[in-house]
Amino acid sequence: MSDAAQAVPMKADPAAPAGAVAQAGGPIGRHTGRPIGRLWRALVSALGLLAVWQGLVWATGAPPFLLPTPARVATALLDRWDIIAGHAWITLTEILAGLALGTAFGVATALLLAAWPAGRRWLLPILLASQAVPVFAIAPLLTLWMGFGIASKVTMATVVIFFPVTATFYDGLRRTEPGWLDLARTMGATRRAVLLRIRLPAALPALASGLRVAAAVAPIGAVVGEWVGASAGLGYLMLHANGRSQTDVMFAALFVLAAMALALWYALDWLLRALLPWQPDRLPGEQPGEQEEDRRP
Amino acid sequence: MDRLPAQHPTAPRAAGATPPGTPPIGARPNSARPAGASAADAPAAGAPGLLLDCPGLALGGRPVLGAFRLTLAAGETMALLGPSGSGKSTLLRLVAGLLPPAGTRLAATDGAPVAGRIAWMGQQDLLLPWRDVLGNVGLGASLRGEPADPARMRAMIAAVGLAGHEHVRPDRLSGGMRQRAALARTLVEDRPFVLMDEPFSAVDAPTRHRLQGLAAGLLAGRTVLLVTHDPLEALRLAHHVLVLQPAAGGPGWVPVPVPVPPGAPPREVRDPAVLAAQGRLLESLAAASEAA
Repeated sequence: MSDAAQAVPMKADPAAPAGAVAQAGGPIGRHTGRPIGRLWRALVSALGLLAVWQGLVWATGAPPFLLPTPARVATALLDRWDIIAGHAWITLTEILAGLALGTAFGVATALLLAAWPAGRRWLLPILLASQAVPVFAIAPLLTLWMGFGIASKVTMATVVIFFPVTATFYDGLRRTEPGWLDLARTMGATRRAVLLRIRLPAALPALASGLRVAAAVAPIGAVVGEWVGASAGLGYLMLHANGRSQTDVMFAALFVLAAMALALWYALDWLLRALLPWQPDRLPGEQPGEQEEDRRP
Repeated sequence: MDRLPAQHPTAPRAAGATPPGTPPIGARPNSARPAGASAADAPAAGAPGLLLDCPGLALGGRPVLGAFRLTLAAGETMALLGPSGSGKSTLLRLVAGLLPPAGTRLAATDGAPVAGRIAWMGQQDLLLPWRDVLGNVGLGASLRGEPADPARMRAMIAAVGLAGHEHVRPDRLSGGMRQRAALARTLVEDRPFVLMDEPFSAVDAPTRHRLQGLAAGLLAGRTVLLVTHDPLEALRLAHHVLVLQPAAGGPGWVPVPVPVPPGAPPREVRDPAVLAAQGRLLESLAAASEAA
């Protein structure tokens, strides 16, 4: 049990930078150097962490069932790769399905709230109240209702993602530049056209922030669902390994989970940038984009 | 291609602001028209005048405008100046229909409704960053669900000097070019009434000078209300100039006509009469802001 208690904070660590970046609302660490420079820095950081880890094992003399060395974990990862990959595939499916469903429900809810003032007065309090219920507390209920299969975990991830997506997108839909709305009124625009052609595109950067948060928390939802009751998935594998004191397998599963979460976050970040090229995206000190000069009479 | 002089035999030849109950102050006849505007905009011949009757207007309990009557002469440009907080933008937004009328009456001299015949250009360019220049110029049609007229849009983009930039997004354009795109978006609407709220205040002086010349040509024949804080811009572009001053014996501000140099706009900035008028206008603005 002490291993599990250790594993929880350790598990959160690799995902924390991604989560912190997403919640700060702005991407940090992009456009701050050439790709080679970034790769180089990532490699140095990873090697540094491995060195600290190895040093900790040597210094404390911890037995392998408490803290395995990086080499043992790497061996476990290679030896058990087919098993770990199978479970990872299931967890990844849960995460992606949850992300898709949570995003779809969140976007639809935010649009509904923005387009329907009468419904907003009813829905908004319900939505806020639903956030007062700890999402993880309903995980056993979901397992009870939907069984040990993938459905309860997809639902868990969906529920975790739903609120950040809804809240950020709805916020974006509300905070449209007033000048654009004035302009649209003088142009004789319908409410529907204003929502679809001005409010919605203007809210996409806010939605992108919500999706970055969602990508960071979706793996948490899926794995918590697996811990509560599952027959497959990385969370299940970790509990199973923990029960047999296979701490090296736990760490290997954790490593794969963290790698998946990071890859997901960067893939989504890249996609969002590609889809929203007009979004201002620079921190002070970075190179501004080119502007054309007005030299006409 | 030369534009036809906008002649309106039936429209009242009067402009100015007067207290309610008195006849509007007479204005010079609208004689010469600047030629050389592009063919992109259909001539707005027939643009009617505009009448605004304001019994006084308060915003959030604070009186902003006093009681006055305002007449915009058909096919002419009226500039409105005043110290900060004197209600310039409020008056413009009132005419644009962006404020609840609250007792004010707005009418066109041809008797047809004003709503739907106004084009508005704000202080910022208000270009949508996700639409390219062509998409921004076509915004009005797109918002009304009307079919776009790409040929006309392109012609207007060329008329403001942005040919070749149709597919450039606003973040790639300089401030002056963005204002050009905003001007094209305003003109492509082809409305008889054009309301401009400090349209060139965000660009540097030489750019402003060139944009004023461009706007004067393209806006000729329309009934224009131009809010500005730049006396020279007012004297250069407007047939008539009003300064908002504290209402005598009442709360709020009222527009008061000031004399303008002879000749039709656009006037030469080197014209001594224009420069002298600029000096006088600046002094009267300073006096108005002290009185506030």
